[in-house]
Amino acid sequence: MTHIGQPLPRAATARLVAGRGSYLDDVSARGEVHAAFLRSPYPHAGFRITGTEAARALPGVVAVLTEADLAAVCQPWQTKTGSAPGMVSPPQRALAKDEACYQGEPIAMVLALSRAVAEDAAELVEVEWQELPAITNLAAALEADAPPAHQGLTSNLAWSTELKGGDIEAAFAAAALVVEDRLTFTRSTGVTLEPRGVLAQYNPASQALEVRISHQMPHQLQRHLADLLGVPLGRVRVICPDVGGGFGLKMHVYPDEIATCAAARLLGRPVRFVADRAEALLSDIHAREHIVEARMAVDAEGRILGFDVQDVQGLGAYSIFPRSSTTEGVSALRSLGAPYRFSAYRGRLRSVLQNKVPTGQYRSVGHPVGIAVAERLVDLAAAARGEDPLEFRRRNLVAQAEMPWVNPLGARMAELSHQQCLAKLEALLDLPTLRTEIAAMRAAGRCIGLGFASIVEFTATGPEGYGRAGVLVAAVDTVVLSLEPSGEVTARASISEIGQGTTQGLAQVVSDALGVAPDQVLMGSGDTATTPHGGGAWASRGAAIGGEAAWGAGRKLRAEVLAAAAALLQCAPETLDVRDGRITDASGPRMTLAELAETVTFRGYELPAGVQPQLTVAHHYRREQDTALTTNGFQASLVEIDAETGIITPLRHWAVGDCGRLLNPLLVEGQVRGGVVQGIGEALFEACRYDETGQFLSGTLADYLLPMAGEMPDITVAHVETPYSGSVLGAKGAGEAGTAGAPAAILNAVNDALAPHGASVSELPVTPGVVLRALGRLA
Amino acid sequence: MKPARFDYARPATLAEALALLAQPDAAVLAGGQSLMPMMNLRVARPALLVDINRLPLGEITLAGGTLRIGALARHAEVLASPLVALAAPLLPQALAQVAHAAIRNRGTLGGSLSLADPAAELPACMLALDATLVVASAARGERRIPAGAFFLGLYSTALASDELLLAAELPAAAPGWRFAFLEVARRHGDFAMAGVALALGPNAARLALCGVEAGQRRQPAAEAALAAGDPAAAIAALASTDAMDSPELSAAHRRHLAQVLLRRALAHLEAADAAA
Amino acid sequence: MLPPDEPTAAIACTVNGQAIRTQVPLRRSLVDWLRHDVGLTGSHVGCEHGVCGACHVRVDGLVVRGCLMLAVQADGAAIETIEGAADALTLALQQAFFEKAALQCGFCTPGMILQAAELLAANPAPSRAEVREALSGNYCRCTGYQPIVDAVMAVGAALHAK
Repeated sequence: MTHIGQPLPRAATARLVAGRGSYLDDVSARGEVHAAFLRSPYPHAGFRITGTEAARALPGVVAVLTEADLAAVCQPWQTKTGSAPGMVSPPQRALAKDEACYQGEPIAMVLALSRAVAEDAAELVEVEWQELPAITNLAAALEADAPPAHQGLTSNLAWSTELKGGDIEAAFAAAALVVEDRLTFTRSTGVTLEPRGVLAQYNPASQALEVRISHQMPHQLQRHLADLLGVPLGRVRVICPDVGGGFGLKMHVYPDEIATCAAARLLGRPVRFVADRAEALLSDIHAREHIVEARMAVDAEGRILGFDVQDVQGLGAYSIFPRSSTTEGVSALRSLGAPYRFSAYRGRLRSVLQNKVPTGQYRSVGHPVGIAVAERLVDLAAAARGEDPLEFRRRNLVAQAEMPWVNPLGARMAELSHQQCLAKLEALLDLPTLRTEIAAMRAAGRCIGLGFASIVEFTATGPEGYGRAGVLVAAVDTVVLSLEPSGEVTARASISEIGQGTTQGLAQVVSDALGVAPDQVLMGSGDTATTPHGGGAWASRGAAIGGEAAWGAGRKLRAEVLAAAAALLQCAPETLDVRDGRITDASGPRMTLAELAETVTFRGYELPAGVQPQLTVAHHYRREQDTALTTNGFQASLVEIDAETGIITPLRHWAVGDCGRLLNPLLVEGQVRGGVVQGIGEALFEACRYDETGQFLSGTLADYLLPMAGEMPDITVAHVETPYSGSVLGAKGAGEAGTAGAPAAILNAVNDALAPHGASVSELPVTPGVVLRALGRLA
Repeated sequence: MKPARFDYARPATLAEALALLAQPDAAVLAGGQSLMPMMNLRVARPALLVDINRLPLGEITLAGGTLRIGALARHAEVLASPLVALAAPLLPQALAQVAHAAIRNRGTLGGSLSLADPAAELPACMLALDATLVVASAARGERRIPAGAFFLGLYSTALASDELLLAAELPAAAPGWRFAFLEVARRHGDFAMAGVALALGPNAARLALCGVEAGQRRQPAAEAALAAGDPAAAIAALASTDAMDSPELSAAHRRHLAQVLLRRALAHLEAADAAA
Repeated sequence: MLPPDEPTAAIACTVNGQAIRTQVPLRRSLVDWLRHDVGLTGSHVGCEHGVCGACHVRVDGLVVRGCLMLAVQADGAAIETIEGAADALTLALQQAFFEKAALQCGFCTPGMILQAAELLAANPAPSRAEVREALSGNYCRCTGYQPIVDAVMAVGAALHAK
């Protein structure tokens, strides 16, 4: 293997640095019209559209559509999953009917010759609103007198569950120490720099729908469009061009996107919708709104006995389609304490409807919540025992000899390297020196804190996950390879590229599997017409699942190439090899792949009878064991707090991770650093805020604060490589661990800094106000 | 979002511009760094945009002890101007914290002062530097307004709807005066959560805050205490500012930051003195 | 396409050195006009309120927010976009961004590179902190910024070595 594991730059980025990318809004269709939506200004309201004439009369307006118009071509949808039996989530429509249940829910759409005119006309649609009592506050949503998020519901409790194992009462009864905390997590959102957008065209003559969309999984959307719009699946083509960031945000079914496709079908002409930033912040999924009360039992020797957890999770007005927002709550509970050995667990989850935009799967789904809670409890326990927080962790980490380890929740963990990661982290930090430096800075009056987080991330979900729940999410992937007459290899993958670099990693895999240079492998993905059905980009699965498909396809093509060459060279295939695009034997190169492919393609008469080389091959990969691949790691964060202003500055950050075999360390480190900064954003800046009447307050990027270059630290990244033994390549997921652990590391660092002041915080994001209140400087 | 419709005029002369501004719902387009976002969000909907970018209003001069900065001077130009550094050293301190490079390339002094955002740095500087603002209209000609009478409240100034800000005139820094601008912002370049603009002279002081009160103004009680050599009293005086209250940033929080910043500004000047 | 009553104005300017004379809708932003009418899609629209920096273009040599200028204001100006920026700094930055993986989705990259080029033109040997400060008006949601800083520092160091 010569290219797997090499830090090669991503071929595709040569276009992007030159401004020659092709994102959704970079391409237009002749005759297209632009959509703008009239969205509910209220978190909860009944409505009646009383007049569309003024809007229609505006020059340049092509159509004004309401739910009644779309109903002819578009079905409603409702989220149901075997993972959350009995969940209450009302049916959802492309345009709301009679009742709007969150601010920003689309109720009418205007199609016009320009977006500006469409917006002008949307203002002219006449609506009679009847404001209804709204529930947005998570803590209040389950109170008996809380207004229902949807009229007719008797409770806002959409679903509840209890995950348990072991004897929780006995664990707490036996505890020498019980630590507890209540942590609140404010909603955040993905903020892909490219907002969601779609360009839909329907050809009434061929009854075919073509949808270009900024999306993570073309095949999933193809299926839903076929179902909802009643177009045969084979006549729905979904194309995802260059995607300007995904992070989980672009994998759900959004009403405005479905409405755009439905409108294209109704009108028979191309319809474009590109969310502006304000409507993106209002209508993209949010995530991670939780109130978690958790206790941890510890014995006299400092061993964790068990966790007892209650999580209230905000769903928004609907459980997101198709995956269900409850997944995040379950994932939070599952990731909580996962690195540690304990014998009893009780986790109660209540998932709550609210008059807010739905929450959904966002990078590292649930993990940042569960890990922050557990790591906070671990630090509390270490402090209570007067013990170094890393020593407490070291004692409780599941040892390699104990794996595979199935914890009381039934979560199976295998081939994890907690001890090696911890040792590597300690070496990176040069902990004795760092501790001395921290002591000196504190002695000089600075408020400094060091925090740690131990992480297990469940990645690369297999068919057991959504498949068993009856949710149409593919966990399998296929790669198709063709040897071109030029000797280049074209690859078409059902894995999709959203900037994370998966296609570069796959090119390196194909390169090694076949024996060609990586730049001879031309990757294609993101188009249902050219790639086979598969999962796309989610759950950090590109390398672990797509990589296996690429390897398998590469080996199949190699076998075909060798067989054809052997026939031409009149030797045994076993005596031949493929190296750097050449077919070689013991004497050296015999022919190039180009020569072979040219012969097969243009001079087939030269081949012996019965030889039918298959220069296009496909390999489908389905992992047969392990519902998810567990990865592990450690993070550390050094922060400084200005105790007078409450401003927190991350000074340094370290991340050590084990994601199995690294296909390309440059890409993995990019994922880790980007993920860490997203996690720091969540810990310190990002918040979707609402006022007491339920009005959204974070509707611009001046209000929703993202981490920027000036405040972010340099991040030291290191790897431990424990290949997954169940696959050829041994890769596991790498895309989310940075985000999983950073909030916990920051939270612990902040509390470490505050501890000498007798203060602590239990709320994310930790804003300056939160710090000043904790320090008693503000009421 | 895209802006609502408007008419657009790009006058070549001041007289032409002032005539246009006399029309109803006319708005001045200078750097556009605040107006255009508001128009793109359809929060601002002027009927007529009067683009003054072709008017010769960007000059920076220093003559007769007066620094005159034209309203169209871009933040980047003011920040880099040696004349400004010499005669109004407070301004570069503040401008380094105003937004980001690309915004400073376009944004203008006049735009910032005319908008009177309570969190903006430059109004506070004008107050602390005892600036006089020169404005003109077609109907009433030119008039000169002391900064203290120019800023009236939240996004409110003494500029009449038909008036255009032409320049700010500042007395050049007198010997013995020292200047400090400090602010607290969540992120580099964000509007200040709170900021102080301080000019400290022999037995005299001028102090203004940004991000604290809805209308920026001098702080006479604190100034008197500073002039009397009682910094503790000056800091204490800021506890009674009429601070804005918002969910993310309470009045008490803003007052607290103002006090912290004044103490730091004084310490900063003291340290600079000690070093000199 | 425009409705018949959409107000427009005539402008004449150069875009990447090419002289253009055309009518533009009054309310079209410079970046929308460049993208949708001129066909230069390298500068992107990320917020339309002047916060994200994805829309950066050069106007008369200065980097500006393309979403906060109107196309009509480009009359008489020399506009440069990432596609036409052929100065040595920009080319070196593009190569360094490529090599150091200073981009993932790439949506922020053109604006980021133009801003970095302006920094290095004024300050060929910036510190890491100065690079971070100069780029603090450009959002990147993917990389965590560090490789971007690395790339700019590398170009700065190469300049310094010359």
